[in-house]
Amino acid sequence: MKPRYLLCLPLLLLLAMGALLGGCRSEPLPLRLTNISGHMPDLDFKLTDDNGKAVTGANYRGKVVLLYFGYTHCPDVCPLTLAQLHVVMQRLGPLADDARILFVSVDPARDTPAVMHAYVNAFDKRAVGLVGSARAVEALSKRYRSAFTREPGDADGNYEVSHSSAIYIFDRDGKARLLATPSASQDDLVHDLHLLLDTGATP
Amino acid sequence: MKPIRLPFLNAGLLLAGLLLAGLLLPGLLLAGGVQAAAADHVHASDAWIRVLPGALPAGAYVTLHNDSAQPVALTGATSTAYAEVMLHHSSTAGGMSRMSMVDTLTVPAHGEAVLAPAGYHLMLMKAKNPVKPGDTVTLTLKFSDGSTLATDFAARPANAIDAGEPHAGH
Repeated sequence: MKPRYLLCLPLLLLLAMGALLGGCRSEPLPLRLTNISGHMPDLDFKLTDDNGKAVTGANYRGKVVLLYFGYTHCPDVCPLTLAQLHVVMQRLGPLADDARILFVSVDPARDTPAVMHAYVNAFDKRAVGLVGSARAVEALSKRYRSAFTREPGDADGNYEVSHSSAIYIFDRDGKARLLATPSASQDDLVHDLHLLLDTGATP
Repeated sequence: MKPIRLPFLNAGLLLAGLLLAGLLLPGLLLAGGVQAAAADHVHASDAWIRVLPGALPAGAYVTLHNDSAQPVALTGATSTAYAEVMLHHSSTAGGMSRMSMVDTLTVPAHGEAVLAPAGYHLMLMKAKNPVKPGDTVTLTLKFSDGSTLATDFAARPANAIDAGEPHAGH
């Protein structure tokens, strides 16, 4: 038994050193969701928030961002996703104040900042509605290889929009870190957001 | 019922009309009878509406239980609270979410059909008066056999996940 114990000692030391270095930036976080670090560009866009203010990705540096594309005339999947993200934010407690849900409308024709304001606030006070020209929204969507299409409308001018269901998560530095689907477990979302929020927090 | 007011109608047409009326009338009465029996073979539970701000369309959800030995299909619903009600299905495939209109949703014999978020739902449009969380909205569900089922739906906030506390329709 003794020799084996001795063999383990250097390993234990190595583990202890690893734990000490845990706070180091290069240490990969034990994330559970799909890790897209280094595979997607940083958060960047030029849009208008739900208060009518021009914003860019830089406005959200320092916050952990959950980016989701949708539209307000979507009565089922978009509200469900936003309601689930609200539950996740609630579970994060005060930490969630450093996170923002950015809900980008892919339906610029119908979603005005005022409509978006009422909509996002019905879900979570840390949710921001973003609108922009069709071109600006398309640019952002393409940047993250997201997609949306507008189905032909009916006689009343109603139409449906197909849209990417992914939630893109960025760290406080605006780096793309995670990709979640609406069916991702809330435990995993809470776990990973906790890690990102604990990293690089402004004192 | 005298043909005097419509002199251009020939006797044959009149006869056909009378025959049609004779066929339709009992049919209508029968439909009424089936309608009255509707609540007996299908019942609803967990009926709720996710209320969205302003004039945005809302999704309505319900679990339908078929107590009979025959399948029955939900074909839609009407409501005095909304001008338009459509049966929809949401799906996510290849990372894309889309919504499509569907004609019917079968409730199997001695089984149930679930209308729940990210699946089947009734899309409620053009509310005649603003619906607020806490309100109760009656939707009359329509089935393929001509029967109907008036069901009370609980209006819940936008960020609700499900029906909340057990809420039984009837």
